[in-house]
Amino acid sequence: MSAEFDPKSHVAHMEKVMGLTIKDDWRPVVEAHIAATQKAAELVLAFPLEDDVEAAPVFEA
Amino acid sequence: MTAQMDPATSSATEIASAVRTGERRAVDVVLTSLKQIEALNPALNAFTDVTRERALAEAESVDAAVAAGADLPMAGVPFAVKNLFDIKGVVTRAGSRINLETPPATSDATLVTNLRKAGAVLMGGLHMGEFAYDFTGENAHDGNCLNPHDTGRMSGGSSSGSGAAAASGMVPVTLGSDTNGSIRVPSSFCGLFGLKPTYGRLSRHGTFPFVGSLDHLGPLARSARDLSLVFDALQGRDENDPAQADRPHLATCGELDKGTDGLRIAIAGGYFRQMAQPEALSAVDTVAGALGVSAEIDIPEAARARASAYVITAAEGANLHLDRIMARPQDFDPDTRDRFLSGTMVPAVWVQQAQRFRSWFRAMMRGIFEHVDIILAPATPFSALPSGTKTVTLDGETMPARPNIGLFTQPISFIGLPVVAVPVWLDGASLPIGVQIIAPAWREDLALRVADTLERTGVCKAPVAGSKFEV
Repeated sequence: MSAEFDPKSHVAHMEKVMGLTIKDDWRPVVEAHIAATQKAAELVLAFPLEDDVEAAPVFEA
Repeated sequence: MTAQMDPATSSATEIASAVRTGERRAVDVVLTSLKQIEALNPALNAFTDVTRERALAEAESVDAAVAAGADLPMAGVPFAVKNLFDIKGVVTRAGSRINLETPPATSDATLVTNLRKAGAVLMGGLHMGEFAYDFTGENAHDGNCLNPHDTGRMSGGSSSGSGAAAASGMVPVTLGSDTNGSIRVPSSFCGLFGLKPTYGRLSRHGTFPFVGSLDHLGPLARSARDLSLVFDALQGRDENDPAQADRPHLATCGELDKGTDGLRIAIAGGYFRQMAQPEALSAVDTVAGALGVSAEIDIPEAARARASAYVITAAEGANLHLDRIMARPQDFDPDTRDRFLSGTMVPAVWVQQAQRFRSWFRAMMRGIFEHVDIILAPATPFSALPSGTKTVTLDGETMPARPNIGLFTQPISFIGLPVVAVPVWLDGASLPIGVQIIAPAWREDLALRVADTLERTGVCKAPVAGSKFEV
């Protein structure tokens, strides 16, 4: 994943893609949340998984 | 059971026993519960809907059935449900303003029906964080649900009312939901026993979802035995929940007396100790000491498991609410709105990787459970935070409070393991804190046996808030 994830540009792009309404005073918080999610995803993506590890269609513990 | 049995402080087991033997009428028990709700709810804000007439009618039916010889294991036990459960004739709020525009439910959720069949009496719907995206018990629409042990503190969420109502003695038993910790967090903050069963164990039909691949339902109570009583009554195959597994009924009440004999118990180390505040570590050590346990095991990649659950929750929750968050974001609670908005922007490959990692983590944990039967871990990193707390500092890092209260619950529910949260009152503490008793998949009985042992030996207790007790 890009080391330079930019939450501002990601939100600006995706709000157009999705057709979202984001008021100015909401924007910094939305950006902070996607930044936190990206940080979590970076941790997940950094873990090497074998090609045969599949997601369960219906998870069973 | 004595003639002095007080329905406001008694356990569900004691109430059912008194009603079954005719010592008490269900109607009188329900009237006491209604009185408690009326007296305490203005200060705590645990109930959003009180179904008074229905409760009295159901109680009369229970009394008549008992008189006719019916065998009802939960006869006359008042209970209430998080307001994401369908209650016939009541709007299923799910903590939101938006859902208030939907018509009242036309039938009860499956679990409500199951408890009613066992003789329990529904008292109403309970406060929750909006759409269950919450660990605090704070809600911009309904006001905050407060902690009965200290009303300046959070009840915990998102099953906030489920915690406050049981801890304050309004009802002995409640039902909540747990996607990432929403039963175990209020159990920890409010000092209750809480059971998050195995993913797929109980039907979720007739409840408003949050993250289908992670959503669980379960009970909160003031005793481990009550959890067993309720859990046994909640089970049953329901084709209406596509994620419910076809498993045999697991009767747990008769298992409790086995105690901890033969169980291999270990303490979760690493991540689960690194991020914990002193009271959380002390609570785990107190429980471990009482059980004679000193072995510590590492749970590899717990932080990554938590991160995966975080990513899945963001995306799947936002998908559920996509039409609403696009059409009317201004009608959401600001604290959930901004999270749902950001969740619409999560790349699919992140989510898929997290789901694949889930399979890896499950396989790894199955390996650990070949060597242990129970794992002990903190339920929350700290006891109940003051209301309005926005940030916390853990392991030297300052972070937002709201999403991080569930640091220790999230990796466990990620793979659906059953957990009983047990309440610990440390010496001199004014607030409780919970410990997770984690069992292998489909072995709720093992976690309940340990919880019951800890309660019988006085290590864990869940006194009604404000009642006289030794801590």
